[in-house]
Amino acid sequence: MADQTAEQTGPTETVVKEGVDQETVDAVREAGSYKYGWQTDIEMDYAPKGLTEDIVRLISSKNEEPQWMTDWRLEAYARWLTKKEPDWAMVDYPEIDFQDQFYYARPKSMEVKPKSLDEVDPKLLATYEKLGIPLKEQMILAGVEGAEDAPAEGRKVAVDAVFDSVSVGTTFQAELKKAGVIFCSISEAIREHPELVKKYLGSVVPVSDNFYATLNSAVFSDGSFVYVPPGVRCPMELSTYFRINAENTGQFERTLIIADKGSYVSYLEGCTAPQRDTSQLHAAVVEIIAEEDAEVKYSTVQNWYPGDENGKGGIYNFVTKRADCRGDRSKVMWTQVETGSAVTWKYPSCILRGDDSQGEFYSIAITNNWQQADTGTKMIHLGKNTKSRIVSKGISAGHAQNTYRGLVSMHPKATNARNFTQCDSLLIGSTCGAHTVPYIEVKNNSARVEHEATTSKVDEDQLFYCRARGMDEEEAVALVVNGFCKDVLQALPMEFAMEAQQLVAISLEGSVG
Amino acid sequence: MALANPKQTATEARIAALTIPESGWTAPARKAALARLRKEGLPDRRDEYWKFTRPDSLVTPEVPKAATFTHDEGPIFGERDRLKIVFVDGVFDADASDDLSMEGIEIGMLAAEQGADIHWARDLYGTLEERGQDPVDRPLAALNTAAATDGVLIRVTGKPSKPVSLIYRHQSDTSDAVLHHVLRVESGAALTVLENGPAAARLNKVMEIDIADGGTLHHVRAQGRDHDRRAVTHIFARLGRESVLKSFTMTANGRLTRNEAIVELTGDDAVVHIAGACVGDGANGGEFHHDDTVFITHNAENCESRQVFKKVLRNGAVGVFQGKILVKAGAQKTDGYQKSQSLLLDGDSQFLAKPELEIYADDVACSHGSTSGAIDETALFYMRARGVPHREATDLLTLAFLGEAIDEIEDRDLGEEILARIESWLARRR
Repeated sequence: MADQTAEQTGPTETVVKEGVDQETVDAVREAGSYKYGWQTDIEMDYAPKGLTEDIVRLISSKNEEPQWMTDWRLEAYARWLTKKEPDWAMVDYPEIDFQDQFYYARPKSMEVKPKSLDEVDPKLLATYEKLGIPLKEQMILAGVEGAEDAPAEGRKVAVDAVFDSVSVGTTFQAELKKAGVIFCSISEAIREHPELVKKYLGSVVPVSDNFYATLNSAVFSDGSFVYVPPGVRCPMELSTYFRINAENTGQFERTLIIADKGSYVSYLEGCTAPQRDTSQLHAAVVEIIAEEDAEVKYSTVQNWYPGDENGKGGIYNFVTKRADCRGDRSKVMWTQVETGSAVTWKYPSCILRGDDSQGEFYSIAITNNWQQADTGTKMIHLGKNTKSRIVSKGISAGHAQNTYRGLVSMHPKATNARNFTQCDSLLIGSTCGAHTVPYIEVKNNSARVEHEATTSKVDEDQLFYCRARGMDEEEAVALVVNGFCKDVLQALPMEFAMEAQQLVAISLEGSVG
Repeated sequence: MALANPKQTATEARIAALTIPESGWTAPARKAALARLRKEGLPDRRDEYWKFTRPDSLVTPEVPKAATFTHDEGPIFGERDRLKIVFVDGVFDADASDDLSMEGIEIGMLAAEQGADIHWARDLYGTLEERGQDPVDRPLAALNTAAATDGVLIRVTGKPSKPVSLIYRHQSDTSDAVLHHVLRVESGAALTVLENGPAAARLNKVMEIDIADGGTLHHVRAQGRDHDRRAVTHIFARLGRESVLKSFTMTANGRLTRNEAIVELTGDDAVVHIAGACVGDGANGGEFHHDDTVFITHNAENCESRQVFKKVLRNGAVGVFQGKILVKAGAQKTDGYQKSQSLLLDGDSQFLAKPELEIYADDVACSHGSTSGAIDETALFYMRARGVPHREATDLLTLAFLGEAIDEIEDRDLGEEILARIESWLARRR
């Protein structure tokens, strides 16, 4: 049905009506819903399959880590052996054989770490270029051409590119250094800045926090590290791009962001993986520390391979993300657009420890075909006058299941704390599911908690309006859905907002008719 | 050989303390329920469904002592024309009760009719309870079906002239009552059921309600004023086409109360409203813990469900709300609404909520709202500025807050009576 419409109109014939977003229209029309499904043929270096203490040691030695780090990992491994996989989420997948995975995969050319981006294997650079991630230190225009809001001189984004288990390179390091900002791979940070890593690693997500976080603590291979010194406003957006390429390989990245007193940083994360029949595991941990008056913005566009329309393949995305608003008046904002992955299990959270600290969570989760997402946030109010805001938009189509799961907890000392939660779900088609599972715990009477949730289908009147103006059904749905997501899209940095808007449309392709 | 786990041990200990009748028409249902109970095991604090309420005192073989409570205010519904059925510590008191015959209704007692060869209630007893065990275990309800000592069997065939009033008196401070009522509302019939009284030191009550097409049941319950009592109650209801169930519960005192309502809408255009108003004071006697757990399954088209729960809590009182709307695939045009709010009058009180939606049909409008907060200082100031003393102003705002739940009672007179009770409850605590 969708294809027919596309054939009838054809890409060149359609005149886009005023007020209709060209991106949306293009995106809807785009053939093949997952455009990052290709694979780079590159010689890889694997650790033997399976997970043992030796593998943990091997990963540690490959990263040239000091003994304390090896010990830390080994302890995590020992703990992991005693832990059970969580089963409370509303997701259903075949049992994962943790011994049938590669825990370390590195492009051969990365054996000797390149000193600069010029030395990096051109094949790797080409991979990122194809993904649209510029690894050359060049000015890139914010968003797409003609974006009015972009400052005239353009905006810089520093990128750390992670390919399977290793960081390929980090751009703009020198310029960031001038501002005092440390932005490098975590393996580099362990070697170069052990005092910071030692102090903060595992302080927000403890080693034995949960099954996947513990696994990650044992085997994480790479990831990004950010330190913004007191009073510094990071001169550019920082970004990490994760790419899973190798088959049967789990990716376990670890990100640690420290915003010291009065600093500000905006961090973007993107991810893709090749199209494969077998599922792959991704278990990341992200820790954010915001000291007094610091502000961190963390934006994710998660576009791992979601599996095909029959539910075959796709990434299992089991992620632990948590921010500790340690200092007074600190602020952390999580924004996520979750369109990929076969199974998502992810709850970016904020511990609002400092007085007057703030946490925000904006999320769009789109599931189509046989995707399953169980995602949400935890806002734990410990300090006085802490504030949190949760806006979650779940969209479910095909045979997908989409769950918002969240916790708002007001501790007895959280005097005058405030929370506002809005969870909306949209169902497209009669075979999908949308669920809301919020937990609310109020132990302080001056705290005010408001929670609202709605579930509905795409509004017939709005669809009719669009159809009456010549849009086909899929375009109309994409437009309505983009409107539904607006609150969250607006919270994203510009570069991401554009991409996200397109993703919203692509993810729903084939869900109508 | 597997080691006996603590849950199993606790369950067996409880079962050992029960007397389970082995003859009569309920026997097969009791046997099956016992098997369910053994399979599920009694709840403990690690169970997700008991995350906010500790079930310990509800499952122990021996009853925690509960002093009886004397009150100068007469029991609620006292002035009303009604058919009275009295239970004292879970035992039917024929002398205190009215004659059980009335036009349009058949009333029997579970214990007395046990010996009957065949009974209309046979197909219902334990049936709805068993249906309600999926997807969540409700072991205390299975225990009830297995070990119930008495209860009413009500079949409504017409429109009786007055409500049936179940009165539960509490006399012994170690009474452990297990009551199981079965109600069948036939097609086009209608009844109002009233319930009041503390019942026992510990009460486990199940009410199975089967409403045929076009039937109506109104249920208004005032839960006992004893400070010490504990109760776990379940309503299992199945609603046919165009049928209506409206249930309201007022809870004032009680150490621990867990009210579960499990409703399945199986016929198109059915309507269910479940509401509750709760005033809790943790001061006298030390604790107040009230838990409303609701699970509504939409399994037919164009049905309406509405949940409105309001709680006012003070002096360390704890209020819990776990509500769920499950819309099954095909239950199109569902209108589901859920509201849970609490007013915390001081810093020690707590509100814990888990309002859930699980939806597998697209043409639905479902929503829930949950709020918690202190009394509105601006409103309070407004009244103070107009000469209303602080305590009275607080009470007025409290009543206004609870009003929305009380409004769910269709009979205005009953609503007024409930409101008056809450008013005097508040006034005594000024």
